[in-house]
Amino acid sequence: MDFDTIAAISTPLGEGAIAIVRLSGDQALMIANKIFSGQDLLKVQSHTIHYGRIIDPQTNQMIEEVMVSVMKAPKTFTREDVVEINCHGGLASVNRLLELVLQYGARLAEPGEFTKRAFLNGRIDLSQAEAVMDLIRAKTDRAMDVAIKQLDGKLSKLIHRLREELIETVAHVEVNIDYPEYDDVEEMTHAMLLEKTSRISHEIEKLLAMAKQGKILREGIATAIIGRPNVGKSSLMNTLVQENKAIVTDVPGTTRDIIEEYVNIRGIPLRLVDTAGIRETDDIVEKIGVDRSRQVLKEADLILLVLNNHETLSDQDRQLFDLVKDLEFIVLINKSDLPTKLDQEEVERLAGSQPIISTSLIEEEGIEDLEEAIANLFLSGQLETDDLSYVSNVRHIELLKQALIALDDARAAIDAGMPMDLVQIDVTRTWQILGEIIGDTVQDSLIDQLFSQFCLGK
Amino acid sequence: MIYDAGHYDVIVIGSGHAGVEAANAAVKRGAKTLMLTLNLDMIAFMPCNPSIGGPAKGVVVREIDALGGLMGKVIDKTYIQMRMLNTRKGPAVRALRAQADKPLYVQEMKHQLELLDNLTIRQAMVEKLIVEDGVCKGVITETKAAYYAKSVIITTGTFMRGRVILGDISYQSGPNNQRPSVKLSENLEELGFKLVRFKTGTPPRVNSRSIDYSKTEIQPGDAHPSHFSYETIDKCIEQIPCWLTYTNEQTHQLIDENLNLSPMYSGMIKGTGPRYCPSIEDKVVRFHDKPRHQIFLEPEGRGTEEVYVQGLSTSLPEFIQEKMVRSIEGLENAEIMRSGYAIEYDAVVPNQLWPTLEVKNISGLFTAGQINGTSGYEEAAGQGLMAGINAAAHALELDTLVLDRSQAYIGVLIDDLVTKGTSEPYRLLTSRAEYRLLLRHDNADLRLTEIGHQIGLISEARYQTFQEKLALIKNEQERLRKATIKPTEALNEALTKAGGSQLKEPIKALDFMKRPEVDYPFIHQFIPAPIDLPADVIEQIEIQAKYQGYIEKSMQQVERMKKMEAKAIPENIDYDAITGIATEAKQRLKKVQPLSVGQASRISGVNPADISILLVYIEHGQIARIKE
Repeated sequence: MDFDTIAAISTPLGEGAIAIVRLSGDQALMIANKIFSGQDLLKVQSHTIHYGRIIDPQTNQMIEEVMVSVMKAPKTFTREDVVEINCHGGLASVNRLLELVLQYGARLAEPGEFTKRAFLNGRIDLSQAEAVMDLIRAKTDRAMDVAIKQLDGKLSKLIHRLREELIETVAHVEVNIDYPEYDDVEEMTHAMLLEKTSRISHEIEKLLAMAKQGKILREGIATAIIGRPNVGKSSLMNTLVQENKAIVTDVPGTTRDIIEEYVNIRGIPLRLVDTAGIRETDDIVEKIGVDRSRQVLKEADLILLVLNNHETLSDQDRQLFDLVKDLEFIVLINKSDLPTKLDQEEVERLAGSQPIISTSLIEEEGIEDLEEAIANLFLSGQLETDDLSYVSNVRHIELLKQALIALDDARAAIDAGMPMDLVQIDVTRTWQILGEIIGDTVQDSLIDQLFSQFCLGK
Repeated sequence: MIYDAGHYDVIVIGSGHAGVEAANAAVKRGAKTLMLTLNLDMIAFMPCNPSIGGPAKGVVVREIDALGGLMGKVIDKTYIQMRMLNTRKGPAVRALRAQADKPLYVQEMKHQLELLDNLTIRQAMVEKLIVEDGVCKGVITETKAAYYAKSVIITTGTFMRGRVILGDISYQSGPNNQRPSVKLSENLEELGFKLVRFKTGTPPRVNSRSIDYSKTEIQPGDAHPSHFSYETIDKCIEQIPCWLTYTNEQTHQLIDENLNLSPMYSGMIKGTGPRYCPSIEDKVVRFHDKPRHQIFLEPEGRGTEEVYVQGLSTSLPEFIQEKMVRSIEGLENAEIMRSGYAIEYDAVVPNQLWPTLEVKNISGLFTAGQINGTSGYEEAAGQGLMAGINAAAHALELDTLVLDRSQAYIGVLIDDLVTKGTSEPYRLLTSRAEYRLLLRHDNADLRLTEIGHQIGLISEARYQTFQEKLALIKNEQERLRKATIKPTEALNEALTKAGGSQLKEPIKALDFMKRPEVDYPFIHQFIPAPIDLPADVIEQIEIQAKYQGYIEKSMQQVERMKKMEAKAIPENIDYDAITGIATEAKQRLKKVQPLSVGQASRISGVNPADISILLVYIEHGQIARIKE
């Protein structure tokens, strides 16, 4: 049996300080090497471990500092080439890492697939065969359980609705093909199809955006504090940490030694991150340049931009506004205990619709307001507390992304003037991919749709 | 007294669209063949619409032709109108459809068969199969003639326990008031067959001279008709048009008011009818807000005035049919010549068959056509051809032939039947094929001629012609792959005229052809081919260049599919002994007995985890086997 290369997070999610992404298959080394900066993994000895960084080759951005174990076939668990990437245990970074290896050619492993391969490749004794069967079954069932739980409610409904729209569209194209002379049915045009696919793409994009937030809420909202020197950044940090009896996690050594502070604000976990030293750098722009700063800031889910009430707005402040203009941010006007010199109107203009909070960290004033603003930003409108676990399943996210690509392909085909029955191939694929999310891959429903939607016959 | 009436390699019971192809294929493979028919005058008769082809079905006709079957050749000789459908859509869904001259088609098909050496045609009613120890050895007719053969093919269509229903009357009958086959059906039940009751119907026919065509719209044939058979030389003949009219409020009201008289709604009809072929009463009930339905008036031949009223299939009482017909524009004074009716019949649940169409628990017995739960002449013919090929193989110990889903619509059809079964009369639709782009009407010869030749159904002469076509395509593709198109002023002027954007960099001609506005003649202007190429060669080059991306994608999917198809499941696998496979899946697997993991994965109720576990067992070579 020829196997493709599979990958999965092989440590329990969200537990433990270290997480491992495991790859198995012919391409394991090649894929790992593409995103690894350090020694050339293709040349290292088997059963060795290497320090380095995971870099996204497209953006050249560093994802993680990691330890990579290289184990070449056949003396591995699966008897295939195996690479294990050990990284810091935060769910977001592990997921990012997994997404990256999937992007570079690995396939997300089915439940129990590593064990299955171990068995197929003769690693596990035949006497264990039945146990393996049970394991595959159990893992599949559990994965289904988890998937179904995560699908409860709105997401499931939404996917069902999108699929219904897609199948109606496909049925429409099909009826034009199989019953070309029936004039009861309006001919589906490229324009109609373009409109439909664009709208559905948009919905999936929204879903993916929400998926990100779902992840954020489990993971903690990556929060960066920025501002000129002496505006009160450190005080803000300390206040938030003290006020909220923060869990300070100190994850020393194996792969990196930075400190992340988790605080819990009205049920929303905030992760105060040090994204490339933003927090400790007084002038981020000066340190790493405008473009790079923008990139770095994009990594944060929320930015707290701190201004000084007692000073006039400087160019440096304006530059910071410019940096965050497309991002979620909250403006803090600190030192409200001192006389106002700041031009409030200009701040309001620069902040646009983002919230502005007045604080005096010394007097411990305005903290409540800040907490409320943070909570509002993430919970109002877009997300309800029930849906906190939204689309956080990597498989779902992966499928949604694939669906989006299929829709893009459909639109590209429309642009290229491809005939309808070819454009339809990608539309049908989208429908199938979305079906995998809700576990519905029955092909016959298209035929059912055809005959219930249209009046056909001889 | 039963007497020994003769010994054959293959016996075909029935001479409908399945039967004739089965007989022809068996003979061509070298089998001494006997075809038994209830009525010699009804060979390849069309009891319903007078047309052959259309989307998916038309491709099947071409596939039959590429494999050496008869349908394409005979319709090419006897059509009264030819139309290429879906010409404005992609190449994968283009479809040829012919209006047939019904009596002429029957006559021509009968003659073709009469000319075959090694085929005996005999009018007889088969009542019983001779089956000993799970092996079929022959048949016995009502006149007590026993014919013996190594293979027997049943192609009895809708004749088995056929019952015609018209209003409140119903009687045992085959289609078109022919004798039904009752005893054979009972015999099959005794032999352990699972049968199912299906239903279909047909509309009334009217006299052409009573139609006011001025109130209808003309539907002419193509000015330059194409043909089904790759052997037919395209030529223009005088064609006969069809006509289009519509039902109206009055028609619908009539139906509404008399629904209680419809056997469909009174519960008299118990069989399952096809959804794609509903009666007019069904259409009016289910799509109540549609103000009108199309009615096509289709001549039944050149030598007859009978006209088929397509769209008006019904089993309402005759007097309502009269009123209904006359409520339609153009048919106000129409004289009905035959009434519409519904027919119920026994069909074999098709998952009792192997993909060769051999019956699983009776060796040497094959079934093909409408008896297998399909509907449509083309679906029947495709199965008949395959059953003939495989029955001959069984008798003469030759290689069997199973087409897969990427090779032919015939493959899709048979795989669907034997793997999924069917809960209603099965019709092919293009959407049933996952590799539709590969199963085109234009490339049926490229897909299947080689196979047809290998199994002896395609003659050397035709194979030679085919090879020449292949060479022409390949050489021209090679030339265009190397030739460069340069962005000259003349070229860009022509491009602008064709509505395309300017060419800036030189480009290989084959890539250039991918532009929507560029076709072969366009390229030919700038880099003329050394010889004039036939239209079908040019068509291949264009299609393969223009849709290359999609075709390649499909091919990749096929590759993946084939890997799964190649994983054979041993015949004596014991699903009960495999832990982990869900109970429901085990039951389905036991019933269908898939031959490969690929086939297993298409069974409904068998999910990926079950397949995964199945694979583990098979891959490891430690198959749980039925205890000897």
